[in-house]
Amino acid sequence: MIEVRNLVKKYGDHLAVDHLDFKIEAGRIYGFLGPNGAGKSTTMNIMTGYLGATEGEVIINGHDILKEPEEAKRNIGYLPEQPPLYMDMTVREYLEFAAELKGIKKKHRAGEIAEVEDLVKIKDVEKRLIKNLSKGYRQRVGLAQAVLGFPEIIILDEPSVGLDPKQIIEIRELIRKLSKNHTVILSSHILAEVREVCDYIIIISKGKLMASDTPENLERMLGQHNVVEIEAKTSPSEVRRILKNVPGIEAIEIQSVGDEMTKGSIREKHGEDIRENVFRAFAAAGSPLLTLKVSGTSLEDVFMELTQRDTVPAAFAKKSGQTAGEGEDKDAGDL
Amino acid sequence: MLAIYKRELKSYFQSMTGPVFVAFLIAFTGIYFMAYNMTAGYPYFSYTLSGSLIVFLVGIPLITMRSFSEERKNKTDQMLLTAPVSLGKVVLGKYLAMATVIAIPNIVFCVFPLIIKSQGTAYLTVDYISIGVFFLLGCVYAAIGMFLSALTESQIIAFISTFGILLVLYLWDGILSMLPSSAISGLIGVLILITIAAVYVWHMTDNPVLSGGIEIVGVLAGVAVYVVKSEVYENLLSNLLGRLALANVFTDITSNSIVDVTGIALYLSVVIVFVFLTVQAIQKRRWS
Repeated sequence: MIEVRNLVKKYGDHLAVDHLDFKIEAGRIYGFLGPNGAGKSTTMNIMTGYLGATEGEVIINGHDILKEPEEAKRNIGYLPEQPPLYMDMTVREYLEFAAELKGIKKKHRAGEIAEVEDLVKIKDVEKRLIKNLSKGYRQRVGLAQAVLGFPEIIILDEPSVGLDPKQIIEIRELIRKLSKNHTVILSSHILAEVREVCDYIIIISKGKLMASDTPENLERMLGQHNVVEIEAKTSPSEVRRILKNVPGIEAIEIQSVGDEMTKGSIREKHGEDIRENVFRAFAAAGSPLLTLKVSGTSLEDVFMELTQRDTVPAAFAKKSGQTAGEGEDKDAGDL
Repeated sequence: MLAIYKRELKSYFQSMTGPVFVAFLIAFTGIYFMAYNMTAGYPYFSYTLSGSLIVFLVGIPLITMRSFSEERKNKTDQMLLTAPVSLGKVVLGKYLAMATVIAIPNIVFCVFPLIIKSQGTAYLTVDYISIGVFFLLGCVYAAIGMFLSALTESQIIAFISTFGILLVLYLWDGILSMLPSSAISGLIGVLILITIAAVYVWHMTDNPVLSGGIEIVGVLAGVAVYVVKSEVYENLLSNLLGRLALANVFTDITSNSIVDVTGIALYLSVVIVFVFLTVQAIQKRRWS
């Protein structure tokens, strides 16, 4: 478990981390989300003991990272933004060095290295020099180094940057696999990635903690409503007429797309699922409904909302409000 | 610590730096050996060794320049500093690897006095002591180079600054003779030294009270001593700074066969001070 208390980091006059406070519980995947320059890497560097904080403290499993650094660091595996690789070593030599550095006993070293190599799939490149590896493989070697020794907490700074889509999927699977026995903290500026893997999201902007909760709760807290996208083979006015009597609709937006085709997005009232009713209404009217889907952009809105503000929105500060978001979609025409 | 030591040592010999340093030093000494001991028939190997001292000026910066600057540039220091190893051990591991590289040619040098002996009279005690002190002097220079490497991200800057400082130390005797010897200039020199120390403390701790205190107390004490007993300051500057001519301990052995034990203690203290300063320089960077 990690406790971060009142963390402040100043670079000269620039406040990179501004009184951060949060707790990391065991056995979950945490996502650090924030735009570039939000202070994610700085926070991670402080948590792992690479940088010293200007104020505040980091407690890892009861050990202060500054007062008992060796005990605290033993619980952490860290993959920094740029993997810390020695280019003139082979993968195997590098992992042996990392294992020795982490104080893994000589008789366990070979076994653990083999296990980690299997896990991140670098067994076939173990005899190659790191400088000759591709970016994706280098990232994996860096990851192997972090996982080596199987520390309780694994911290990954932007683990999927520079990887191809297949490697990204592999790395996500790996993170899920690791989370069964470890606490994983990863950072990203890409929302989709965090949403995909993490159980818990910590949103940071300009060094401040904007929100921290599960993805579902975050969506709910900002009072976001699901939006249903439809596409029908009929005229816009006809669509309006059909939808008029469907319950649970808050607003609709409609545009004509060419020959007797209409696209629309319907905002649901909170907590309703209108898809079935929409389908029945179109079926009853005899108009073909070609597309009907829930668009999953709401967490994106939360993210944009939070990271573009300077202060924490009231809804998150109180952690109970469901008032924000009303009247924000100005384009939506009311029924 | 052992892990870092082994990695460093291996990397010296996987890259060209280690072999180049060793080969250069041995080849240079070999040439002097041929000229002085073999051709001219001078029986002291220590004298030959004093000629090789100049190789250190280039050789030592060569092996110390990458030590911390490269780690910082490639961000591999993140791995070392987040590993469960104390910073002191990281620095010591690297330093011992450098010392080992410096030791290799010195071990080879141990053969040369025996060659002289096989041809006639040799002064083995002086020769072996001079080899030992030569090695120690290399370690002193390496500690200075390592400290300078920890201050920068650029190997080139680390190399040039180390080379510059070693060159000044090498020429120190000549520079020293230009210093004035009057009491008042001694006082001024001491005040400048105190100010430099205070500025350094201020830079490292960002604590104006502590550094200001050191400055005020130092200046007051210095002036008080001058008022009470001004003759203390006569020749003080050249005596004090003369200690910085580190190579003198070594050249005393090679030219006069005088072994100055306090000089060896000075070498060891300089090594300890610079290893400590290296640790502090890296610590300081984590907080700025």
